[in-house]
Amino acid sequence: MSDISSKFAVGVNPFAKKRSGIADKLIMVVLISCASVAILATIGIVMSLIFETIRFFEQVPITDFLFGTHWSPQTAITAEVVGSSGAFGAVPLITGTLLISFIAMLIATPLGLASAVYLAEFASSRTRSIAKPLLEMLAGIPSVVYGFFAALTIAPFIRNTGATAGFEISSESALAAGIAMGIMVVPLVSSLSDDVINSVPQSLRDASLGMGATHAETVRKVVLPAAVPGIAGSLLLATSSAIGETMIVVMAAGLAANLTLNPFEAVTTVTVQIVTLLTGDQEFDSAKTLSAFALGLFLFVITLILNVIALKIVNHFREQYD
Amino acid sequence: MTNPFSTEAAGLQGRHTSERLFKLSGLAAIIFAIGFLAVMVGSIAWTGSGALRESVIQLTVDLGPDNVDPSDVDGASYRTIVRDALKASFPDVKSRKDRRKLYGLLSPDAALELKQYVRDNPDAVGQVVNVWLLASDDADIYLKGGVDTSLEESQRKFSDAEVSWVDSLTESGQTKRQFNKRFFTNGDSREPELAGILSSLVGSALTLVICFLISFPMGVGAAIYLEEFAKKNRWSEFVEVNINNLAAVPSIVFGLLGLAIFLNFFGLPRSSPLVGGMVLALMTLPTIIIASRASLRAVPPSIREAALGIGASRIQTTFHHVTPLALPGMLTGAIVGMARALGETAPLLMIGMVAFIADVPKGFLDSATALPVQIFLWADAPQRGFLEKTSAAIIVLLLFLVLMNLLAVVLRRKFERRF
Repeated sequence: MSDISSKFAVGVNPFAKKRSGIADKLIMVVLISCASVAILATIGIVMSLIFETIRFFEQVPITDFLFGTHWSPQTAITAEVVGSSGAFGAVPLITGTLLISFIAMLIATPLGLASAVYLAEFASSRTRSIAKPLLEMLAGIPSVVYGFFAALTIAPFIRNTGATAGFEISSESALAAGIAMGIMVVPLVSSLSDDVINSVPQSLRDASLGMGATHAETVRKVVLPAAVPGIAGSLLLATSSAIGETMIVVMAAGLAANLTLNPFEAVTTVTVQIVTLLTGDQEFDSAKTLSAFALGLFLFVITLILNVIALKIVNHFREQYD
Repeated sequence: MTNPFSTEAAGLQGRHTSERLFKLSGLAAIIFAIGFLAVMVGSIAWTGSGALRESVIQLTVDLGPDNVDPSDVDGASYRTIVRDALKASFPDVKSRKDRRKLYGLLSPDAALELKQYVRDNPDAVGQVVNVWLLASDDADIYLKGGVDTSLEESQRKFSDAEVSWVDSLTESGQTKRQFNKRFFTNGDSREPELAGILSSLVGSALTLVICFLISFPMGVGAAIYLEEFAKKNRWSEFVEVNINNLAAVPSIVFGLLGLAIFLNFFGLPRSSPLVGGMVLALMTLPTIIIASRASLRAVPPSIREAALGIGASRIQTTFHHVTPLALPGMLTGAIVGMARALGETAPLLMIGMVAFIADVPKGFLDSATALPVQIFLWADAPQRGFLEKTSAAIIVLLLFLVLMNLLAVVLRRKFERRF
């Protein structure tokens, strides 16, 4: 009896278990360290890339890397052979990457935007509930599958079509990889643009419709212009993921570092070269291996810039209408 | 005065046509994208279905005392027995070159199979028996109709002589196709007819276990901290921006991180599921954090207020009341993240999980490969027999992805609460 009455004494929480403050503090420390892992990962990425890149630039001048137009990292076995140091001009890789990403966006932009407009503005909720998950499945399929399909089906198809039309198209073309990649990023464009279009206030649509515009005119002249910043953001995010995509290009784009803008030729990309330089046995100090980290840093910086800009635009857009 | 509402107003018909066209183009885009998906998955499934069946050839083998010593069954040269049986079936084949081709109709594993058969059927020793033995990949492709015999002989790998041998075997009922159990119970092999996905499947499973054990607790912890405890300040904003950016870093960069830090700095074993899982964990962490935060946010403040109101501490509130309610959502996010990790290839190539692995890995430190990497390796292999294996492996991978996503959907449906 006295036990209970003492528990109900003023100022004492009757339901409190005996809890030491240390346990609470410990839990907080664990939680904070969990949150810090994300930062540690970023730091880890930046550090590992930067250190190896600096070591690479000790062996190869940075200007050769950024402005050189010849890429052949194969180093000779003996140092006396001419050209034993290899050539590390990244320009052909960068143009190759941009060419394939450009083809991909050329496909993903109209497909993604048209799908987003249809889903957001015209589709019945039934169609939407079927079509949206199906579209999203495109993003869920591993890229190695797209690579296999591009190399096995799309590339021969392009080559045969070219052959019947009298063109000579190499079996590993930028076009095949670009098409597969374009389809893969369609859901990225469509689902983000869909969100953006949905967040355009209904009042804008009502005003336009009230003035006698048709639904399509409203979408074209009112909704889409209002949604442009958000759409631009989604396109930038899609471009960034196309630039960083690896397996499709490894399997379908080829290894030859051609400096060309011809989509029918084989080109190589930054990611392909990273993979070829680092798979198999390697000595860790050679310029060849280190160059992969310089390429990785380049990739990281480019995609980071694109993402930061894209997120800024999208957030700014959301605030505008919220 | 013109009537502004008249249907004959300038160009109204044209405007309606363009309205219809606009709508149609949207629908066409969706149909095109989904059609691409259907064609891709359909064609791969069609090719891959071939790998479910394997061709076997029946031979009459002589297990008499000349060949097999009943007291030392394992010591017999089953290779010779199989070859003799082939020679006996086609006595016309004389030249060494042709004989080698003839032996090539059977898989190199046929001798081992025969040995196994003898072990399982000791009564057969001393007799002449008919056994079914595994055909080679070339014969298998021919039997499945994959060789165009109208082509010039020099244009194809399977020569006229081989065609006639297999045809005569088929005529006498000595070839058949059966379910290919091997594909699910074997590891990788240089011979397409022997290659299976078990070793890479186990490798993937081990990698995912590590990935889940690291990323789920950490992701949930980070989400709880950011959502329930962190004050809105520069620091928490910085963490948030960081997480969002991490989510968009190309996967191959995570591979470089794993190579430079986990392998070269910490010296962890190359090609091991441990390192693979760690790299994939860092990759899935942002997904899990974002999903977990969303499900924490969906728990209404009234729950927290009620708990705090009856005297629970903030940590008790969070761990006894809020987190259990948010857990299904967190798990759903984790499963979706795991599904993404399962399909990831590029970072695993960087840390050396791309080796030829024939044995099933036994632990987290063994050399291993993962299912998508196996697909990549087979897609690169020169033998045509790997084509259907690659496709079949892709179908298995997609089935696992579908299962995981279904599980996520079911979890969400079952435990979803509308507050």
